[in-house]
Order: sequence, then C-alpha cells, then structure tokens
Amino acid sequence: MINRIASFGRSGIDLVISFGQAGRFLAGVLSGVPHPATGFPLLMKQLYSVGVLSLAIIVVSGLFIGMVLGLQGYTILSDFGSEAAIGQMIALTLVRELGPVVTALLFAGRAGSALTAEIGLMKATEQLSSMEMMGVDPLRRVIAPRLWAGFIAMPVLAIIFSMVGIWGGMLVGVEWLGVFEGSYWGNMQASVDFWDDVVNGVIKSVVFGFVCAWIAVYQGYDCVPTSAGISSATTKTVVYSSLAVLGLDFVLTAVMFGNF
Amino acid sequence: MGLSSYISLKDVVFSRSGRRIFNGVSVDIPRGKITAIMGPSGSGKTTLLRLVGGQLRPDSGSIMVDGHPISELRRKELYKFREKMGMLFQSGALFTDLSVYENVAFPMRVHTKLPEDMIHDIVLMKLEAVGLRGARKLMPSELSGGMGRRVALARSIALDPELIMYDEPFAGQDPIGMGVLVKLIRDLNSSMGLTSVLVSHDVKESLSICHYACIIADGKVIGTGTPAELQDHPSEQVQQFLNGHPDGPVPFHYPSSAAAEDFGLSGGVS
Repeated sequence: MINRIASFGRSGIDLVISFGQAGRFLAGVLSGVPHPATGFPLLMKQLYSVGVLSLAIIVVSGLFIGMVLGLQGYTILSDFGSEAAIGQMIALTLVRELGPVVTALLFAGRAGSALTAEIGLMKATEQLSSMEMMGVDPLRRVIAPRLWAGFIAMPVLAIIFSMVGIWGGMLVGVEWLGVFEGSYWGNMQASVDFWDDVVNGVIKSVVFGFVCAWIAVYQGYDCVPTSAGISSATTKTVVYSSLAVLGLDFVLTAVMFGNF
Repeated sequence: MGLSSYISLKDVVFSRSGRRIFNGVSVDIPRGKITAIMGPSGSGKTTLLRLVGGQLRPDSGSIMVDGHPISELRRKELYKFREKMGMLFQSGALFTDLSVYENVAFPMRVHTKLPEDMIHDIVLMKLEAVGLRGARKLMPSELSGGMGRRVALARSIALDPELIMYDEPFAGQDPIGMGVLVKLIRDLNSSMGLTSVLVSHDVKESLSICHYACIIADGKVIGTGTPAELQDHPSEQVQQFLNGHPDGPVPFHYPSSAAAEDFGLSGGVS
C-alpha cells in the first residue's frame, strides 16, 4: 500500500518536473528575437513543411466531413421539415467546433509527428550537439522556426478546413439533395456571427496550434536519442496533442459559448 | 604544463543518472599540441569533451579553456566562445538537408558577413584540405562514413578555430580511412597551430600522432605523459589498457556471486 502511494507521488512529481522543463524550454525558445535576414527564410521553409504539405489531408478531410454533415443534417432536419437550415447547421458546426478541433487532430498526426521525428533524429545523429559546438543555439535555429510555423499555420489550415467543409456540405445538400441554394447561404449568413463564431473559432485554432507545436518540438528535443526513444516521442506527441486539444476545446467552448 | 596549458581541468567531479563518471579528474592540455585522451569504453572520454565544450557542467571542480572558466560562462558568452572551438563528432553530425558545400559554409554564413564569393573560395580550400573538393555537390547520404567524417572535419575548421576536439575519429574506419584521418589530424595540427584533443581507444593510431596522452579509467586519470613515458608506465592498469590484456586490474569476469551458488552447488560438494 505504502509502495503504491509512493509510486503515485513519484509519478506526480515527475509530471510537475516535466511541465517545468517544458516551460523552461518554451521560455528558451521564445526569449531570443530572431534576426529577420536569417529567421525569415527558416520560418518560410517550415511554413511550407508544416503548412503547405498538410494542405492535402486538410482539404480532403474537410470536404468529406462537410459532405457527411450535409447528409446527416438533411436526414435529421427533413424529419422536422427544416432542411433549409442545413447551411446554418453545417457552418456553425464547422466554424465553432469541427474546423479547429479536427484540423488540430490532423495537424498533430501529420505535422506534429513529423516535427518530433525530425528533431529527435537530429538529436540522435548529434546534429543539435554539433550546432551547439559551432556556437549556434539550436533552440533559436531549429526549434523556434518550427514552433512559430505551427502556430501560424494552424489557424490558416482551420479556416481552409471550414471553407472546404461548407462547400462540401453545399455539394451534398444543394447539388445532390435539392435544398434551395438561397436558403443554404442565406440562413448561414443570417446566423453565423463574425465575432462570436468565426473569431472564437480562429482563437481556438490559434491556441491548439500553439499547444500542438509546443508539444511536438518539446517531445523531439527531449526524446531519448535512440530509435525506440524517437518512436515513443512521436507516439507521445500524437497522444498528448490530441488529449490537450480535446480538453482545451471543452474549456474554451465553456468560456466562449457557455453564457455563464 | 602550467602557463602553456590551453585547457586545464582541476578536481573535476561529474555524475550522471546517479553514476559517478569523474571523481576528481585533473588534466592539463598543452597549447598547440595533440593530446590523446584514452580509456576503456564507458570511461567518460566523450563526457570529458562535452565538459570542455560547456555542453555539460561539472558537479564541482574547475574547467579553464584559454583562461576562461567555461562552466561559469553565461549562455551568450558560451556560444560566442565556442566560435573558437571545432569538434569532430563520432558520427560526423553533418546536416542531412544540406549539401557538402553548404555544410562547410554553414558556420561562415551564421557567424560572419563574408561575401558569397569569399565563402565559396574558403569552402573549396577547406574541402581541398581534406581531399574532397570534388564532392562538394554531394549530399551527406551519398558519402561513405570516412568521407562524411572528412567533410565534418572541413566544417569544424571552417572558422579557423584555436581548439579542435576529435571524438573517436577512428571508430569504424577501414585501414585506408584511418590512415587518411591520422594524416589529416597531424597535418592540420602542424599547419594551423591548433590545440587538438583526440578522444579514442585506438591505442596504436592515437599514440602515433599525439604529443601527450592521458588515460582515464574508473573516474580518474590513471596515467599521463608522452607516448614513450606511457609505454614504460609502472601502473598495471595502464599496461593492461595499452597492450590489450584480457585480464588484469580490469577483470575478465563481470562481478558476480560465487559460481557454486549460481550453479546450485551450495549444499555441499564433495
């Protein structure tokens, strides 16, 4: 019994220590102001890597999720004779919830895991150490551009996801199932508020982007530099990011839409 | 060695993961010479290089590099100071997304404002020095292990450092590759006046090029001197290491309980 309590306590202390280390790591990454001449090209390269290369999965997923929402929405709403509200339902669902959340989950699986594996491999092959010994701080040169790229790319990807999803919903609802196009767009325009819905959705995706990128780069930088260690870190990135996104989504939704 | 020491470690104690790696190590590394740090696997040779490079900090003791207390420098000062150091890692540690040319140009691009044509000339000169000018367009994945290490060597001397540290440069090399590296280390030291620290357990190659050597085992220095002095060193442990005897002060058998007990014969054997 005593051993179990001790073990539980040890796990708690380890958790607090790892939060502290991740916080110090973040402070180290954010403390330096990068030189625009060197920092900007590095940032652009990472934006391409984590943002542009994630577009395919985001667009395809957004399209199918929008189409599924169109089908499900039509089936449910037509029972009440209110299929004209399908545009409103799809838009609010995507902009408020599914856009930021699903994009963040896909981002963690596609870009987050790649960031962790790349940084972990750089650590295992001593590239980070060699950079340090050349007088170049890897936190600024390697980690910072990747963290900022994730932070910037996520909201843009979430917006694209929502836009494609709304278009996918229209394909099914209007083009296939015959909902009046004017109702689809008109109800959407009337019910979606720019500040309450769109901006709150973007704020969510900014928070998720920061958290996912932070977890990904920290796990890569902190991993045990072996093949098993990198594998474990990559898994942790996806699991921790997903849990963090879902947990934070509840908190943010409660704050933004809870009407407390 | 006193005043002529470039690096001076005094009573350095260092532990990691609860294990004592160094227990009061003191070593002086002379300026402008090649010093070999030798010792059995796991004796902390690479750790010593990382302590000298400021990547690790000792629990106690002092590490002076060119008169600076390396473990007490602030982060910014430490990164600035490292511009005077070069290090050749065991794996080469080339940046895999950059070509050979860009790898060698990297330190110059980061630390200097030299015009592109001058960087071009310096990179070619450094690659020429290691015999790989013709390989400048290759990517690291297209190089053999020995070639990768030579490119890494060219990169580590790109800023003309005062100190260069070699971490197991001969490990995994074929005889030709080893011969090339021995020649390069010797030539670079004499032509550039570098202070070289060579960490290795390849006794023959290391002693053939070093001016001084130091043998580390069990967390302390067990022998130091010129290669000739070490060959005549009275310590049994030094002689076992230099001559590769399988048994001696470092036992052949890993510490264990009595054999009779492990074989289940403790009940009494006639």
